[in-house]
Amino acid sequence: MPDPLPTDSGGFFKRLADTGAHQKLLAFASLILLLIGFSLASPNFMQTSNMIAILQATSVNGVLAIAATLVIITGGIDLSVGTLMTFTAVITGVVLTKIGAPLPLGVIAAIVTGAFCGLCSGTFVAKMKIPPFIATLGMMLILKGLSLIISGTRPIYFNDTPGFDLISRGSIIGHFFPSVPIPNGVLILFIVACIASYILSRTVLGRYCFALGSNEESMRLSGVNTDRWKIAIYALAGAIVGVGGLLIASRLNSAQPALGLGYELEAIAAVVIGGTSLSGGRGTVVGTLIGALIMAVLTNGLRILSVAQEWQTVVTGAIIIAAVYADMLRRRKSE
Amino acid sequence: MMNKRQFLSAMAASAILATAPMANAADEIYIPLISKGFQHQFWQAVKLGADKAAAEFNVKVTFEGPDSESQVDKQIDMLAAALAKKPAAIGFAALDSQAATPLLKQAQKDNIAVIAFDSGVDSDIPVTTATTDNVAAAALAADKMAELIGGSGKVAVIAHDQTSRTGIDRRDGFVDRMAKEYPDVEIVTVQYGGGDHLQSTEIAKSILTANPDLKGMFGTNEGSAIGVVNGVRESGTEGLIVIGYDSGKAQKEAIRSGLMAGAITQNPVGIGYETVKAAVAAINGESVPGLIDTGFYYYDKSNIDAPEIAAVLYD
Repeated sequence: MPDPLPTDSGGFFKRLADTGAHQKLLAFASLILLLIGFSLASPNFMQTSNMIAILQATSVNGVLAIAATLVIITGGIDLSVGTLMTFTAVITGVVLTKIGAPLPLGVIAAIVTGAFCGLCSGTFVAKMKIPPFIATLGMMLILKGLSLIISGTRPIYFNDTPGFDLISRGSIIGHFFPSVPIPNGVLILFIVACIASYILSRTVLGRYCFALGSNEESMRLSGVNTDRWKIAIYALAGAIVGVGGLLIASRLNSAQPALGLGYELEAIAAVVIGGTSLSGGRGTVVGTLIGALIMAVLTNGLRILSVAQEWQTVVTGAIIIAAVYADMLRRRKSE
Repeated sequence: MMNKRQFLSAMAASAILATAPMANAADEIYIPLISKGFQHQFWQAVKLGADKAAAEFNVKVTFEGPDSESQVDKQIDMLAAALAKKPAAIGFAALDSQAATPLLKQAQKDNIAVIAFDSGVDSDIPVTTATTDNVAAAALAADKMAELIGGSGKVAVIAHDQTSRTGIDRRDGFVDRMAKEYPDVEIVTVQYGGGDHLQSTEIAKSILTANPDLKGMFGTNEGSAIGVVNGVRESGTEGLIVIGYDSGKAQKEAIRSGLMAGAITQNPVGIGYETVKAAVAAINGESVPGLIDTGFYYYDKSNIDAPEIAAVLYD
């Protein structure tokens, strides 16, 4: 009996399996199924403007989820992504409107602030040996408080910074293809995803990220400075959250200081639906992206069908459990 | 492998199948209401009024709002989904008017009539706004407070927030009336508990500790008012005049038991009802006034069961 697979793709499939590709396929199939199901159920679902609304709704959660993916792969968790997003938005607001700096400086401020806060979280975890759950829980509260203090508990509006709202709301794609005005926020999400994916699969930082999650001790014993790499991952995740802060501030044309609590859980949900293991060492950015899309499609679709809000929440919860259970079954079988 | 995939697929499919019939329900006029909240009793009362009008005018109404009043972006997503359904009109209570402007402009372009309700929308796009005059309502609370404490003494305010329109209007309505009409009444502090029961309780207790000679306290929404009542009860303070806002079971009981002197009630059922009624009028091309004042009342032990009051109170 001939081998159904060409010999050279045997390794390819093996590699796919190693990176959780099955779960990705499963998640992708569910996404397609949801899209088809909602399209059949309502003629209003599959229209360009609604697809763009879904992508727009994915952009912020997607970026936060990518940041959370990096940390989760190291075997950690980051509960501060939601309030850090708010904090970077507020800092950008201060830099752009209170200080009156030019737009690029505001963008840099958000990313640098994010990276710095990530660096702090990473230091708490790696050097001070505080469990990631606790360290980032502390950070979550600190940043929530600081956002309120710095902003004076009032939203900061970007009316005097022309062009700021275009970061998320504008559409470069729509400039060239007027029929598909995909907002820049979505474009930025995909750029962030490509960069994060590249780092994870093609760089030393990425390799160590997986190594930290699967076997930190042997990594340390082989002479690698694990603390430093772990801090680097948290800082990178923080910088990505900074991009998320820019996206939400630009979309709302304001930095809303009270926002952010609860967003970390949505990001983590997207990560696990996408097949990243909460115990670390395994995960993909593409999976997370699909996970974030599933959540946005589900929320939007249920709204289009006018499902009562109580039931929307119930269904979302059930999908999370089903997705992770399916992943567990698959892994148990492969072991 | 296959059956796990089927399992997940079945989950998704059943979710859709269970809801599909609702989507195909006839060609009746559809009006989605996007509110500032959903799970608080106040919003449920607004929903009740909207449903009542929906039945009366034979239109279909849905009611949605984010989990907390800080989730501006979630509300925008809800608005986007509602507009995708191509409704004839839409009711909207903005958490942040600016953030919603692009979508409201789109609604205007698509000839979807926008009816603002509760705290309204700072824009000229809405056809009308159905809301309570919160400044006047809080000023009435100040009048009642001054009367009950005998025109002089210290009072404190626990407000729900300092950023939203309702929070600002109720605080200022109360504080300004006191400053203007009752020079012997001193407002010792205004503090913010986010409308959260527990947080407002702690604030009330610390205010009572700091000001043993306090004569009265005003809570500017349901959560704040219940916080004041809890604080008074837990600290064992007696003789303090408490005035609340809105209703709810706990607040009604506090008034019946005498712990709370009285409260201002808006007409949430009326807000929901008038929003849908104005939407129907706008769809039919009838003229609608630019502002619909849905009214407010002061109620206490003596009139809590009067028909016109009982009709606007909620549990």
